[in-house]
Amino acid sequence: MFMSERQEPALSRERAEYLRKLKIRKHAILTARILILVAFFAVWEIAGNLRLIDPFLTSQPSRIIRTLSNLYMQGDLFKHIGITCLETVAGFLLGTVLGTGVAILLWWSDFISRVLEPYLVVLNSLPKIALGPIFIIWIGPGPSAIIVMALAISLIVTILEVLNGFLSADPEKIRLVETFGANRLQVFTKVVLPSNIGSVINALKINVGLSWVGVIVGEFLVSRAGLGYLIVYGGQVFQLDLVMTSVIILAAAAALMYQGVVWIERKLMKNPQVYGRM
Amino acid sequence: MAEELVDVRNLGMKYQSPNGEIEAVRDVSFTVSKGEFVSLVGPSGCGKSTILSIISGLLKPTSGSVRIGGEWVRGASRKVGYMLQKDHLFDWRTIYQNVLLGLEVRGALNKESKERVMGLLNTYGLYEFRDKYPDQLSGGMRQRAALIRTLAVDPEILLLDEAFSALDYQMRIAVTDDIYGIIKREQKTVIMVTHDISESISMSDRVIVLSKRPATVIAIHDIKFNLKERSPLACRETREFPGYFNMIWRELDVHV
Repeated sequence: MFMSERQEPALSRERAEYLRKLKIRKHAILTARILILVAFFAVWEIAGNLRLIDPFLTSQPSRIIRTLSNLYMQGDLFKHIGITCLETVAGFLLGTVLGTGVAILLWWSDFISRVLEPYLVVLNSLPKIALGPIFIIWIGPGPSAIIVMALAISLIVTILEVLNGFLSADPEKIRLVETFGANRLQVFTKVVLPSNIGSVINALKINVGLSWVGVIVGEFLVSRAGLGYLIVYGGQVFQLDLVMTSVIILAAAAALMYQGVVWIERKLMKNPQVYGRM
Repeated sequence: MAEELVDVRNLGMKYQSPNGEIEAVRDVSFTVSKGEFVSLVGPSGCGKSTILSIISGLLKPTSGSVRIGGEWVRGASRKVGYMLQKDHLFDWRTIYQNVLLGLEVRGALNKESKERVMGLLNTYGLYEFRDKYPDQLSGGMRQRAALIRTLAVDPEILLLDEAFSALDYQMRIAVTDDIYGIIKREQKTVIMVTHDISESISMSDRVIVLSKRPATVIAIHDIKFNLKERSPLACRETREFPGYFNMIWRELDVHV
């Protein structure tokens, strides 16, 4: 009456052939990816050396490496990377926690949710960057203002995304726990939250990107330290080497943080079956 | 006559919405004795499920009352176990964790209740599957798990709300037999809602026929079969079965 576990029988010839092709394809994809990266940097470098492009305007991989080591020698490299990452993580965590918290409140009370709806719509459509100068004046030009900037950009999206997930919880499943006499808190912890780990994780993924935007914009405006500061400073003194170096570090850091969220996602999805379907 | 367990009296229900008022139930009265299996049969959307919701205490009637074992029903009753159309097993919980859901919600999780649940899993062939997730089980096993989840809180009365209608026909016949056997073995009182006349006759001691909306009681039939050991499948093959079917069919007065 029940499905048997999927067992691997002795491989048929066709199956072995299929698996071999699958493996070859996987390797081909990886090789192509690496080749693109290598080719990009090689063409960039050679075109600069041959003066097909002007390295003063476009920079060059070798110049980027030199800039990196200079920054490292001056002892500034990790200071700038550290401060930017710290601000981003802080903005990201605050955005996630506050956003999820507000989403819970709005799920809990339909009345509050209805009352706040037009305000959320306006705040969501407002370009939050416009608030930057206000934050700097109120909070002072420092990491705090930058974190608030990151928070402002990610908060509303998190609220809306998570709330949407909460509201889409299966009403029949909610009814089921109510037949056992569940109160609102139990409905939330037993059904709404666990069935929405997916949408919370999705909000996290969006949040990582938005926090970076907020932090870099904040650093553009505050201009004291961090990768955003290096980019703006490099632009102002026409040092494209510095700008390119910072952008590449930024790309690496952002990708790493995104992978971190993916890692958390794997940890949270205890049931591999559920994870497989998402 | 055995002891009266459920007393439904002059039940009425009107739903309010901005678009108007819908009267779902009008003046419905019946009683259910301990150990009895009673079906409410009526056309789809006639308000049958509303009656079950009121009996369970999930819904407050606009008029009339429900008493279970002499006590007025106010709020979700602990004496009632509810089975919905689908099994609604949570796919993020293992079978064992799913089955414990009701006990968790009622704060009745202890060594004794866990042992009882383990006993149920054992008796009904789910013990080996307790650490599996629902999507690793067949439809029939899932229904069993859903029933054990309901039985885990040890209700006096089971309410089945079109409980098998999400299954395909063959599976449904098999599962009906299976679940019926378990319910009888556990000696539970049952009120079942269905639009399937055959299903109601094959399982019930009594069938209450309801009109279309607003639901009122058209007739109440005692269903008796000359069988040594009753099972839904065996009932379907008796000589009495078609007679009951035709009678209820006429009363429901179905038009396309």
